[in-house]
Amino acid sequence: MNSRESDEQAHGAAEAVARRSYGKLVAFLAARTRDVASAEDALSEAFASALTDWPRNGCPSNPEAWLMTVARRKIIDVFRGERRNEIASEELQVMAKRLETAASAAERMDHIPDQRLALMFACAHPAIDAGIRAPLILQVIVGLDAKAIASAFLMSPAAMGKRLVRAKEKIRQAGIPFSVPEREELSVRLDAVLEAIYAAFAEGWTDPGGTDAARRDLTEEAIFLAKLVTELLPQEPEALGLLALVLHAEARRRARRTGQGEFVPLAEQDPRLWDLQMIDEAEALLRRASALGSIGRYQLEGALQSAHVYRCRTGRSNWTEVVQLYDALFALSCSPVVAINRALAVAETHGAGAGLTAMPDAAGDTRLAEYQPYWAARAELLAKTGAHEEAGYAYERAIGLERDPAVRRFLQGRQAALEALKR
Amino acid sequence: MKYLLMAYVNEADWPRMTKADQEQGIAAYGAFMEAMKKAGVITGSNRLQPSSAATTVRLTNGKSQVLDGPYADSKEQLGGYFLIDVADLDAAISWAARCPATGHGAVEVRPVWDMGAAA
Repeated sequence: MNSRESDEQAHGAAEAVARRSYGKLVAFLAARTRDVASAEDALSEAFASALTDWPRNGCPSNPEAWLMTVARRKIIDVFRGERRNEIASEELQVMAKRLETAASAAERMDHIPDQRLALMFACAHPAIDAGIRAPLILQVIVGLDAKAIASAFLMSPAAMGKRLVRAKEKIRQAGIPFSVPEREELSVRLDAVLEAIYAAFAEGWTDPGGTDAARRDLTEEAIFLAKLVTELLPQEPEALGLLALVLHAEARRRARRTGQGEFVPLAEQDPRLWDLQMIDEAEALLRRASALGSIGRYQLEGALQSAHVYRCRTGRSNWTEVVQLYDALFALSCSPVVAINRALAVAETHGAGAGLTAMPDAAGDTRLAEYQPYWAARAELLAKTGAHEEAGYAYERAIGLERDPAVRRFLQGRQAALEALKR
Repeated sequence: MKYLLMAYVNEADWPRMTKADQEQGIAAYGAFMEAMKKAGVITGSNRLQPSSAATTVRLTNGKSQVLDGPYADSKEQLGGYFLIDVADLDAAISWAARCPATGHGAVEVRPVWDMGAAA
């Protein structure tokens, strides 16, 4: 084998381990030191060492263990060296010792315990700013870089980088534990983890055409994380509900755009383009969740997806049930976004006028006044009541607030159809 | 804070578009402007004539040199700008993301130097 081939093979092996084990290795290292940043640094150095070592000496039989050994040595070197003069040096010695013991035990048993869940709970800890939890999880568990995360969350890379660094500092300085919370606390804390995963999915979802690679990857990573949580906590109904919800949404990805890239609303989608296997998987998850006997936000949202899919596939109206699901969801969340969707469902059962009455009020609520779906829903309902002038204005607001060109064109098409009616 | 959103687009695309597409494009920018007005963030904006109408002036060896054409030749040209006043960069980015130019070009977000503040 020539050197280029062995280089390529080493690169390939390192990439494969990175994809499979990055979060697991960070979690294992950080759980002993509470220092996420140094775990990441040590790991990236270990990957760099692998790229020079593996082509020369061949890929190790257990690349994951090889990387962990190198990374933990680097961490221990840093702890015993550079930080020797820190006041907490005694504590660092203890941590270094703890890491060494755990790592050598793992090496002896040839098994690195999976502590990604504990790391996720640390990242979604109440002491961490809610807005940075999803980016933080994407960075430390999936290994996405700050630039890609910043782009997906519409933030400047510098600001995102700073916030991520600050959050990791907080974990270290505040001594945030790396553990799965006790039973009584679990559901509240799990909510924060699920919310972060859902935020990651939602950011990826805004680019259904998949033209922006960073975004498309984000939905895949979010599904991966949701799956991971259900594997590690198989008895948590809300975790199952979240996975069902994201699978349902993902299953319809192909149908959301025409071949020319035009937006297709749910009611006009071709169910033959849906991924039926994924839908079946989602349905099974919802059944499993409901058997556990504790309803929650994600199960309700998953059930709504399921109801929409059922209606579109069978042509049988189920809007009454849909409104009931939205009622239950609104009682849990009081979210104006839920109220908007509920109003659209009410319009299907009781007419557009009733739908308009059910809409939340954007006066005095700037976030709602700058929320595209609010105006699109209003426009839709106003058009149906025959208030064409107001509907045209609402479409105008929606178009001005939309960032996806395909959705913008769709809204412009609706607005133009309305204009044609007026003439 | 004030930010200048600069819309860079390929001018050559415009004359190639159908009349209907041009109208739709103009309407999208109009709606974007309206949204910024309603949010109370826009303080100034203009669409620019194509860069073929540009003239560049600089002083070389004490003599004014006047050159026909834009300062920089690039695939995409500055086609217009929006001056907005918002809380921070993230808010500015969220408006830039809604600018139709992001669909067929790019929008540069630049903070304005606040001459009132100490430099």
